[in-house]
Amino acid sequence: MIMDMADPNAGHQQMDEVFTDNELVHLVRNALKSIVLGDGKSYHDLIGVMHQKGPMSPDEVAMLVTCLKALSGAASSIDLTHHQALLSTIFSMSMWNYVPEIMDAIIDLVISMAASNGKYVDPCLSMLIRNFTPPYSFLRMMKQPRGLSIKEQVLSRVHSALEGISRLVPLAPMVLLTLIVQRMPRQNDNEDVLLMYVENMFRLESGSIGHLVGSTMFVAVVDRMIDLDLDIAWEDILQDDAGKGIFQLELDEINEIDDEIENDVNEPLGAQMNRMGVVGNAIAEKLDSLLALTFGHLESCQEQGRLNEVFGTLLNSFQTTVLTAYKSKFAQFVMFYACALDPEDCGVRFARTLLDIFVCNDYPPMTRMSAVAYLASYLARGKFISTDFVVEILRRLVDWCMDYCKIQNGDTNPELHRSFYSGCQAIMYVLCFRMRSLVHIPGFKSQLSRMPLESILKHRLDPLRVCLPSVVEEFLRQAKAAHLFTVSKTFVFDNLPESELSRTFGGLERLDMFFPFDPCLLKKSDRYVRPNYIFWSTVQTSFEDEEVSDQDDEEEGTHDGAMTIGDQDGFDIDEFDNALNKMSITPKNFKWGGDMQPLARMPSKLRPSTSPGSF
Amino acid sequence: MEGLKVSDANLMVCVHPSMSRRVSHAVLHQLSSLLFKFNESFDGVVLAYDVGFVDEAAKILPGILPYFGVKLKAKMLLFSPKPNMLIEGKVVKLTQESLHVIVLGFASAIITREDIREEFAYKTKNGNGVYCSENQKHHTLKVGTMIRFMVKSMDEEILHIYGTLLKDNTGSISWLDNESTGGPITDRSKKRSSENHGMTEQQAIKDIRHADDQLKKAKKRRTVEQP
Repeated sequence: MIMDMADPNAGHQQMDEVFTDNELVHLVRNALKSIVLGDGKSYHDLIGVMHQKGPMSPDEVAMLVTCLKALSGAASSIDLTHHQALLSTIFSMSMWNYVPEIMDAIIDLVISMAASNGKYVDPCLSMLIRNFTPPYSFLRMMKQPRGLSIKEQVLSRVHSALEGISRLVPLAPMVLLTLIVQRMPRQNDNEDVLLMYVENMFRLESGSIGHLVGSTMFVAVVDRMIDLDLDIAWEDILQDDAGKGIFQLELDEINEIDDEIENDVNEPLGAQMNRMGVVGNAIAEKLDSLLALTFGHLESCQEQGRLNEVFGTLLNSFQTTVLTAYKSKFAQFVMFYACALDPEDCGVRFARTLLDIFVCNDYPPMTRMSAVAYLASYLARGKFISTDFVVEILRRLVDWCMDYCKIQNGDTNPELHRSFYSGCQAIMYVLCFRMRSLVHIPGFKSQLSRMPLESILKHRLDPLRVCLPSVVEEFLRQAKAAHLFTVSKTFVFDNLPESELSRTFGGLERLDMFFPFDPCLLKKSDRYVRPNYIFWSTVQTSFEDEEVSDQDDEEEGTHDGAMTIGDQDGFDIDEFDNALNKMSITPKNFKWGGDMQPLARMPSKLRPSTSPGSF
Repeated sequence: MEGLKVSDANLMVCVHPSMSRRVSHAVLHQLSSLLFKFNESFDGVVLAYDVGFVDEAAKILPGILPYFGVKLKAKMLLFSPKPNMLIEGKVVKLTQESLHVIVLGFASAIITREDIREEFAYKTKNGNGVYCSENQKHHTLKVGTMIRFMVKSMDEEILHIYGTLLKDNTGSISWLDNESTGGPITDRSKKRSSENHGMTEQQAIKDIRHADDQLKKAKKRRTVEQP
């Protein structure tokens, strides 16, 4: 009976009988009822029509559309127990395999089913979520125009179906967000699948049910970023034989493939970008693409005026996931970029939140230290942050340190006073980057002298001896040159970037050497971040004194000529290297129980992974 | 509208020690996790609540983690539609086979063709589907109409209601009201008395708003009392 149906909507008669929509629905209902009674012919015919795959003739398309429409009408007769075969057929249909007319009919059916029986809401939503991504055979086609056109045809319908179901079943979004998070591809899954899925999540976030599901979408994406980030082991970050360090990254402005060159002529040209080494690491690439996708979405949120709202979610997610991940490598750049897009609101909020966490005793010490490390790195690197604001935050940090000092009687104890030391180190680190711009502000010097910075640094607790030597040295040098203050003691650090005391206050996690916004090694993401970023090389020291000018040349590496790899004529690579090592993230293998080799230089690239997720 | 009730409840919320400085927050957070879900103990869907603390002190409960039990007295607004109750909702979709309704803004309901009485015929007007009564010219059901229908059953998990329009006292509310008063449409906020302490939807919405205001006031009070 089913196979005898012609398409009444075509307006022409192929067979003797023409059925109205009503009659078709009636036929289908009978088929559904008859299987219960034991007569399954019509029912199985129906399923047979729906199983058709591959290229279809117009008649076959019309037949399938008719069946689907009739099923839509008879949706309330579909029974969970007796019509298992039909249900599994419907829910396994992939819209990517069909022409738009069939896609429309599938969508109508799915919406009808979800609206007619509460038990179908879950499988209907799951089916739509499964259609977020194409079958594997399709993935190759996704980069071509035809693939892109099919993608838009499918996804626009999937999303309108999700919205349609939400209109008819108001509690559906609650189920939807659980399912979306459950079904999100994992870090080891195919990169294209992951990215397409996340694209859909962002589309939902900016759609009409965005206010219901949006924040969960963002949280899930950040969680996945952290999963990927943590899969990139620090050991993957190799040291470069040529002695280039992460500093070198900052000095190298040319990517041999890309052609973005900073205007600063003092920057040496031509050296190979260390991030070229990132290319081989599959996990890093995935994270890179995911970050870039997220940055793009943040830009569109900004254009729609929603960034402030979205930032609230990001900030919560940051506090819950990223801050406590202790030494996440790149995922935090989501915050950096969001702040760069809106410095006055988001940028300020981020810094104030971090500061509030640091000064609040309710948080555990590691979290507080992590927060102040983020704060310091952020204030140092954010080109978009106003100097006034930097001064405001510094003042609060100094005040906190001062209050802390006042109630302390004891001596240096790196472990006990670790929050204090991390606070002092943060102040010094920010000033290393910002000193030059700050001294140009009229009245800053007097402001700074009003800040009890000197008394903090010269207190019994002796932060100058405990904090990371590289930071202390650089800070003292700049402070002396800027005539801020001088210290009578000379600190002998043997040119080591770290010391026993700094290791102690840093703890197992080495939060003494945590500079989370050090240059982003991921290529695609860095393109977004770079215009808003302060590189160490562009931070010129605030003075031109003779006694430090020699050091200057080496530390900044400002050469007029091009500096290429292996260009070592008349140039002491070790001294240069040493100087480069000082002001940067130090994701080194440290001596810890003698298990690992200490790195002599800054690591500079990510090792190509031998197998995905092998770390 | 039937199916709504206000119940008094004695509750105990177990609060984790980390929240001991923010007890109100913890309690309210716990109670909000009950909202819009069917609760067997209350025998209904919790729509709103108004809580008061019974005691300033709370007992620390035995166990691995020292949770403490905060005793509360709460007024709960519950939605508990039972078969044969009359409830009201707005029509959101009309097809030849079914009528889809949203009740109280969160529960979805379906009335299939078999459960719509014969007098209603499906017609298409201006491209939109409409159910028109063949006996009463002005009795029409279309998208946006508020209707009163009888409950057949409810799926408690997804809060999906199956209803019928078979009885004569079901249909478009404005038409039914009109009929019962025998005149032009009167003030729709008139209460209907019912054996089951039923309420009109407006009264229900007022109740929810009132409960919400009370809740906000209670939150403010407690924020002041317990910093």
